[in-house]
Amino acid sequence: MSNIPHLLVHDHEDNVGVVVVEGLTAGTEMFCCVTHDNSTFSLTAGADVPIGHKIALKDLKEGDTAIKYGEDIGKIIADIPKGGHVHTHNCKTKRW
Amino acid sequence: MSSKYSNITFQGYRRDNGRVGVRNHVLILPVDDISNAAVEAVANNVKGTLAIPHAYGRLQFGEDLDVHFRTMIGTGANPNVAAVVVIGIEPEWTKVIVDGIAATGKPVEGFSIEQNGDFETIRKASWKAKEFVHYATELQREECSISELWVSTKCGESDTTTGLGSCPTVGNMYDKLLPEGIYGCFGETSEITGAEHICQKRAINEEVGERWYKMWKAYQDDVIFAHQTDDLSDSQPTKGNILGGLTTIEEKALGNLEKIGRTSKYIDILEPAEQPNSGKGLYFMDTSSAAAECVTLMAAGGYVIHTFPTGQGNVVGNPIVPVIKITANPRTVRTMSEHVDVDVSGILRRDQTIDEAGDALIEMIRRTANGRNTAAEALGHREFSMTKLYRSA
Repeated sequence: MSNIPHLLVHDHEDNVGVVVVEGLTAGTEMFCCVTHDNSTFSLTAGADVPIGHKIALKDLKEGDTAIKYGEDIGKIIADIPKGGHVHTHNCKTKRW
Repeated sequence: MSSKYSNITFQGYRRDNGRVGVRNHVLILPVDDISNAAVEAVANNVKGTLAIPHAYGRLQFGEDLDVHFRTMIGTGANPNVAAVVVIGIEPEWTKVIVDGIAATGKPVEGFSIEQNGDFETIRKASWKAKEFVHYATELQREECSISELWVSTKCGESDTTTGLGSCPTVGNMYDKLLPEGIYGCFGETSEITGAEHICQKRAINEEVGERWYKMWKAYQDDVIFAHQTDDLSDSQPTKGNILGGLTTIEEKALGNLEKIGRTSKYIDILEPAEQPNSGKGLYFMDTSSAAAECVTLMAAGGYVIHTFPTGQGNVVGNPIVPVIKITANPRTVRTMSEHVDVDVSGILRRDQTIDEAGDALIEMIRRTANGRNTAAEALGHREFSMTKLYRSA
């Protein structure tokens, strides 16, 4: 089981990753994989995060840019600790 | 150049115009909404026919009428269709559609209701439909090359797993089969918003990229900015997308664009329901991102198989084109497997590569082309949704 990742990250530049297992609970030591080159690392989940939702790979501050696919996907609108849940409550498009 | 995909063949229906179909429908097609009752009566009389009732076709004008005619004619002309009975309230628009379909060489006959009434129209149309069923059921499948397939794509109920798994699977298929000579098609103009700078660069050359950007910008100005009440955030991402973990329109668009792979470039831009005429390759069609509307337009453009990545579990089908569902989301596989044709959740577990998933999709395309019913076909999903550009007169 230890080879099945909890979290996938598209690119090394990304500062968020995607939970790919159901029922992830806060405190889980996550096995993480960067799909670009299959490199792995570990990170502690800071919250119960549903499958498909994102987790911050480092401390993110209000005003920072969320990076996924190596691209700008929006702005951080509230501080998020490393391991925290990233979604519409703390991240928003810059477009409008 | 030959690859391991060059020798793939399937059993298809070769039509008089040289195109190859993977299904053999006899359609009973209404020109307009008020002919739906007659069309459904004919389909009830004659087994082996398929009625496609729809909501429009009266008092449309200009570009909106053009889209209507293109969709009707293109649906009848699609190689998955063997023969067509067309029924309209009056003879003139009926004839426009009959003549458009007849250009393919396939059997088609039109009937109009005015001065005949439903009973007489249904009587005459039923005799013709029965003749067409006998004709169609004697047609034989023959061996065709994979290069003769036209395969479209559009994703739905996307989530973060579509960008990680099911969309790159479709992209991998295109990277492998477009060089073999297939026709491809993607679209969803509104859902490119957020990655338009990247999509523009995926054109075959600068001129096509500029035309693409102009088309996208016109959509932004004429549709979004003209009708917006606040911004798109109440509908893009959709509520389903957000439940699935997608936060912003940029994140959604980047995942969506994974469907055209790493190396594929689009060679031209199509109007809604327009048939490609720049040769083999990948096309962008200017479509809505609503699943049934988009698939209906691509089917009218002549595509015979549709590949549909989904995350949270879209269930859409089409009356004439098999829609192959692909998902990488293990929860969706667990909760709604009756809708899934290709399970690529192994990508998320890292026990399946994108390359392997692409091959699995190609194999399912081959089996579907041979006649395997998709999940959507087995479940009776026949959504046929006309695109309406503006109010009728």
